[in-house]
Amino acid sequence: MASTIRVKAVANGDKTEVQSLIQHPMDSGFVKDKDGKLIPPHYIEIVTFDWNGKRVFTAFWGPAVAKDPYLKFSFKGGKKGDELKISWSDNEGKSDSMTAKIV
Amino acid sequence: MASQNIRLGPEILATAITAITVALASAGWAATASDFDAAYRAAAQREQQAGALRNQWTPTEAALKAAQKAADMKDYDQAVVLAHQAEALANASIKQAEEQNALWRNAVVK
Amino acid sequence: MTGRAGRRYRWQWIALALLAVALLPASAEERTDPAADQRAFQAHFRHAFPSVALNDFANGPYAVDKGMRKQWEEIMQFPPYEFALDRGKQLFETPFANGKSYADCFPNKGIGIRENYPYFDQETGEVVTLDLAINRCREKNGEKPLPYEVDDMAAIDAYMASTSRGKPFDIKIPDDRRALAAYENGKKFFYERRGQLNFSCASCHIEAAGKRLRGDILAPALGILASFPIFRTDWGSLGTVDRRFVTCNQQVRSVPFRPEDEAYRDLEYFLSYMSNGVALAGPGARP
Repeated sequence: MASTIRVKAVANGDKTEVQSLIQHPMDSGFVKDKDGKLIPPHYIEIVTFDWNGKRVFTAFWGPAVAKDPYLKFSFKGGKKGDELKISWSDNEGKSDSMTAKIV
Repeated sequence: MASQNIRLGPEILATAITAITVALASAGWAATASDFDAAYRAAAQREQQAGALRNQWTPTEAALKAAQKAADMKDYDQAVVLAHQAEALANASIKQAEEQNALWRNAVVK
Repeated sequence: MTGRAGRRYRWQWIALALLAVALLPASAEERTDPAADQRAFQAHFRHAFPSVALNDFANGPYAVDKGMRKQWEEIMQFPPYEFALDRGKQLFETPFANGKSYADCFPNKGIGIRENYPYFDQETGEVVTLDLAINRCREKNGEKPLPYEVDDMAAIDAYMASTSRGKPFDIKIPDDRRALAAYENGKKFFYERRGQLNFSCASCHIEAAGKRLRGDILAPALGILASFPIFRTDWGSLGTVDRRFVTCNQQVRSVPFRPEDEAYRDLEYFLSYMSNGVALAGPGARP
């Protein structure tokens, strides 16, 4: 199955700029479906970014984050060719991860 | 846009009817179920005409629904007022369609 | 006019005749000339926005507002429609239960043909949009039609549109009274005011193009369909031309028609023809 994570990491001087788009319904648990039943909460709780094994970014998400969340940040370090590992886990115990190369 | 304002004749008439109805109601002259039926039928008929001209307004539909809801709750005074509002809105939409049938050409980019 | 009286008053007779002709009522319907309409339409926008290249009109508000364009360029690094686009390709390539697929219904197997829609079907005497053609293809092959406006229909639209990126709109109006009537119907819909707010499409997309309506910058009508289907942040999802027609009508407090109603197909026909020459850029992202 295709990864739920799209990522672009670009080395820029002594920093690396990272953008990611993660496919996830991010249901808050407050929205009703067409028949009036509540759609149960289903959202990412933690997203982590590791560069060469070192944790460079952690995000604690919840029901307030919208569907298919987009994230952008930069960290000090990283050069072209280095590996960046992205992982997420949600409140239903599901998870996904992928590794991308910094360009 | 000002040159294309809709003339307000039917709306003023309907507002007058509403005002008189409200005045009568507060004077103890309450509307009955059959008053509502007549008012609703008139409004629905005008809205159907607007539909035939393919130019209905969403507030007209909302007023008709609200009128029916008030009647279901036996508040016939309010139901009649809402039905009159619906008729006024339907009349305005019919007027708009009739006028625009000729006026639209003025807006064409030349 | 013979005889001495005629000769004496010859110039007066001629003047009278000319005056009579000049006072004849203009024909109730001017002759339909889509090509002339298109030239005037495009000239209007090229004149109103002289720094915008023809193809850039496909980008709507981003072509006419610098601040919005900057935000859009950032968003496009990660287009929000990517997931739907991938799904659309998968749906398009999956065969029906009977073994046939969309490729069997469309010219060139459905690839790179979006710029030809809508077209006028002279056999059935109606305007055929891409969405209508997609559902007709499904029904012909024993599949249930897809709901218009959203989800799978929008996803398939997105994939087919993406295969036509860069190709200019190439809408044809055959020399057929019915086609000209459909075009004229679409043109009338565009210019006539509707709804309690008394707006026409032209009120916003010609008169107020590039200006603000509440928090939004209004797109010029030229090229406005070229980036469909669009992922509107407002919707949080992808939507088709029908979805936008319906919601626009609701926004001016006009009761909308059903998707693919004749009125909407004729409107799409008119708008697409007006944008002939503008390169397609769908699927697109919008506020």
